[in-house]
Amino acid sequence: MNQSPATTNVSQSRPWGKIIAWAALLLLLTIVGIGLIKAQRGQLAVGDMAPNFTLTTFDGQEISLEALRGKVVLLNIWASWCVPCKEEADDLETAWRLYRDRGDVLFVGVAYSDMDTKAKAYLKSYNTTYPNGPDMGTRIYQLYRATGVPETYVIDRTGKLVYVKFSPFQSVAEIQAAIEPLLK
Amino acid sequence: MKNRTSFFLFTFAVLMLCLSALPSIALAQSSSGGEVTDDEVNTVAKDLYCPVCENIPLDVCPTKACADWRDEIRLKLNEGWTKDQIKQYFVDRFGDRVLGAPPARGINWLVYILPPVLILVGVYVLYRAFQSWRQIPPLQAEEFTASPTQAPQSQDEYMKKLEEQLKASDR
Repeated sequence: MNQSPATTNVSQSRPWGKIIAWAALLLLLTIVGIGLIKAQRGQLAVGDMAPNFTLTTFDGQEISLEALRGKVVLLNIWASWCVPCKEEADDLETAWRLYRDRGDVLFVGVAYSDMDTKAKAYLKSYNTTYPNGPDMGTRIYQLYRATGVPETYVIDRTGKLVYVKFSPFQSVAEIQAAIEPLLK
Repeated sequence: MKNRTSFFLFTFAVLMLCLSALPSIALAQSSSGGEVTDDEVNTVAKDLYCPVCENIPLDVCPTKACADWRDEIRLKLNEGWTKDQIKQYFVDRFGDRVLGAPPARGINWLVYILPPVLILVGVYVLYRAFQSWRQIPPLQAEEFTASPTQAPQSQDEYMKKLEEQLKASDR
């Protein structure tokens, strides 16, 4: 029995169709899989290496976490529209003034999803003197897998996360308790 | 009488024209007067989403963060920025996630390419399915309907014998 040309064409084109269909399914599953893995990574935990970031402060200074190795870094993510952030703003500034002359401690503020004018006005109203800058592209927020504001991360001299707080500090003593063990 | 009616009709038409032009004049005055209206702010805001309030467009989002963003849009509009410039400003500051639709670049292309491709593939699969249904030989279909349990070959033999017997009885 002879096959007609049309039948031959159909049987020849079938493998390509199957390959494309399977490739598309595989691609779709890969994309969904990557999304799920990312979503289930959860928050950064104590003991993790702190992700490196570069921040350009409101006064134009560039800060890179990598360049701060050897120093204890307190990274605070905040926003001017965030009410709980206001609860800790004074305490953070007071604590910073206790350490700023040592030279081996640095507080860094990151304004998340904030407008420059509002953020600067906020910093002025709390007389904040430690370096602060906008989180351009919300990159730092995403790097640290933050889930809200305020969130604070204390990074030791080796770049490891040693303290994470997902709510505002209640006192200067609480901030000191997070930093002091790293200065011994 | 006819002249008077046409005069009234003409006056009425002119009056209606003037009345219909009033809102646009008012709108033009409001936008050229330096004061940016809420509607103008919302025209830009409705295409933006702040990262804090996911899935809520900026124009209807009730949070303080979104109110600040709308203030910024008002400020930019007052400075003469265009809608696209403002949107780009927010993208530069907060990333692509602030846009309602992802920009067509990089892996984002998949969002625009995959749905039409899948529709085309679906249409092709349906077309092939219809074609294969049509190609089922009608005789075979009839045989299947008449006696689904009987094998077609044995039925042929039966028909053959029946025809032979009929022919023999005719003789």
